[in-house]
Amino acid sequence: MILETLSNARGVSGNEAAVRDLILEAVREQIDEHQVDALGNLICLKKARAEGDGQPLRVMVAAHMDEIGLIVTGINSDGSLSFDKVGGIDDRVMLSKQVLVGDNAVPGVIGYAPIHLISPSERLKAPDMSKAVIDIGAANKGAAEGLVNIGDYVTFHATYQQLDNERLRTAKGKAFDDRAGCAVLVELLQSDYPVDLYAAFTAQEEVGLRGAQVAAYRINPDVAIALEGTICDDLPKEKDDDSSPVTQLGQGPAITFMDRSFIADRRLVDLLIRMAQQHDIPYQFKQAVSGGTDAGAMHLAREGVPSVAVAVPSRYIHAPVSLLSLNDFDHTVQLVRAALSALQGGLPS
Amino acid sequence: MIESTELLRQLSQASGVTGYEDEVRQLVQEAWEPLADEIRTDALGNLIAVKRGQGDGPRPTIMLAAHMDEIGLMVSAIDGNFVRFTTVGGVDLRTIVGQEVTVHGTDPLPGIVASRPPHILTAQERSQVIPLEKLFIDVGLPEETLQQRVHVGDLITMRREMISLAGEFVAGKAIDDRAGVVSLTVCLDMLQGMRHTWDVYAVATTQEEIGLRGATVSAYGLAPDISIAVDVGFGKQQGVSDSKIIDMDAGPAIAMGPNVHPKMHERLVATGKQYELKYQTEVIAGRSGTDGWAMQVSREGIPTAVLSIPLRYMHTTVETICTRDIERTGRLMALFIAGLDEAFLGEMGIEKGAGA
Repeated sequence: MILETLSNARGVSGNEAAVRDLILEAVREQIDEHQVDALGNLICLKKARAEGDGQPLRVMVAAHMDEIGLIVTGINSDGSLSFDKVGGIDDRVMLSKQVLVGDNAVPGVIGYAPIHLISPSERLKAPDMSKAVIDIGAANKGAAEGLVNIGDYVTFHATYQQLDNERLRTAKGKAFDDRAGCAVLVELLQSDYPVDLYAAFTAQEEVGLRGAQVAAYRINPDVAIALEGTICDDLPKEKDDDSSPVTQLGQGPAITFMDRSFIADRRLVDLLIRMAQQHDIPYQFKQAVSGGTDAGAMHLAREGVPSVAVAVPSRYIHAPVSLLSLNDFDHTVQLVRAALSALQGGLPS
Repeated sequence: MIESTELLRQLSQASGVTGYEDEVRQLVQEAWEPLADEIRTDALGNLIAVKRGQGDGPRPTIMLAAHMDEIGLMVSAIDGNFVRFTTVGGVDLRTIVGQEVTVHGTDPLPGIVASRPPHILTAQERSQVIPLEKLFIDVGLPEETLQQRVHVGDLITMRREMISLAGEFVAGKAIDDRAGVVSLTVCLDMLQGMRHTWDVYAVATTQEEIGLRGATVSAYGLAPDISIAVDVGFGKQQGVSDSKIIDMDAGPAIAMGPNVHPKMHERLVATGKQYELKYQTEVIAGRSGTDGWAMQVSREGIPTAVLSIPLRYMHTTVETICTRDIERTGRLMALFIAGLDEAFLGEMGIEKGAGA
């Protein structure tokens, strides 16, 4: 299954090659052209299959290949590795985790001072991760230098597994933000559409939507859709806490009106809602103005592009292991497939 | 020769939260059966292997103890689609967010200790450790199924495969103190080919993490002449003052201090020197926090020694140890035992059977 393959693959922002190779292998038979650009975006064209009046619409659908992670910034005399974060990570999820360092996937751990040796007040404070190191078991600097290099990218180690096989069809895995979106896009390429579909598997979303920006410039699309694995904060809340869960697991694809990076094109939002109703696909709205997506870069490309974002709700994104519902995943594929099929003849007014 | 790293892997990955050590005990029993003359389990679940010494009885006895229980979690409530939990033993709440766990419901269920996305958290929220009442475990099941398969009181263990790092270091959960259990196994294995006149009781103890309870009753039951506790000690690592630590890959630390009989310390150091074994010493100013603390005051009192195997990141799921140090600890104990004679008790001023 492509979601499993892509979730287990390793690709921190700026180092997406391994993910890109797997995607290209999965879609090669379904596409007419592809290219890898200067930032490492994989741009695939699947030409319109239905003959309509005039030029088919150019639709860019983007999903980012990169994941949050770490990067080695120094090798210490005791053989430990200093590191920095790549993308937004809550320090508190990093302690006591297994990681893989560099392209050779050298195993390591992120340790910290043990509970016995800290004061009771320190036990209540979030760890200062600027002082944390990665331990690969190397006895000294020389031993570490034989295994890793400064600049090596580091991923968390987690393995995809389906948890519920019945109603909710949940699965856990690494980097569902945004390998879920990538896997949706791979699935979408299995079908034919009446539009020229530019499937853009983008780089460097987590550090500022940088891949999508240049990909959208190159493609110059009429319409853009970002596919995401988005925030799902549906944990039990305290009685006086009325904060939004943003999305809820199992309630269908989340359509974005607005996030920190863009305001969705209303015609595209309405199209998605209409398709969901017509095809009896469950859907929900992303209920908070938080996070950003490739749509933020795409809608500002050149003279501007009508854009929308659709996401698979994913719990615990930007942490070592995330969780989603395969029902939501399948419904996202169905919804976007229907919308692409309905774009024949142009954007609805 | 036993494959000690492979045994450590099996023991590390097995579940044995304090009070529920059965799965680990089964594995230890399988490893010890071929190495012991007798093997039994006592009322608190301690596993006791007896290896008889040579010569006519009654023979003096030594008890070796390493605990097989691990810290863990327990289900305290089901809240919608999520599991609330409490801690068993000294769990560091700073280290459990985002961890994968196994909830031991009607069957073992993989789960995740829930975190909230950084996008929606304030800097203030991110600076604090999340209190237990705001932590949840997600096993990905809908509420109805969850109610059927998970119940209050079910145990939760950390889900972590032991991994091999560079330099014969390994990292995993519950190396504290399954590494000690492995060192006892190494010792029993070495004794197969050695002549020793004392009877050896190897004990994989229970309930150490909540108060040395397994060692308390097993020491009483066995009433050994002397005892050694093997536990893990704080290995040198970043972020910890050098005065509080022992060196990694430098052999067991032979402790000094109130918990340790000076003659026991002396003889262990002499053994290390005689056989050119790698060892180090450490000072423990009072309570050692090991099974040795309980054994020392069992019955009329037992001359006790404490050996610490250096370990980084104690009480986390990435406890890191050098496997050579485990082997060295086992070897030191075996050579110490082989060197024991009747006179050693006299050296400590103890008359066998006095006061009985």
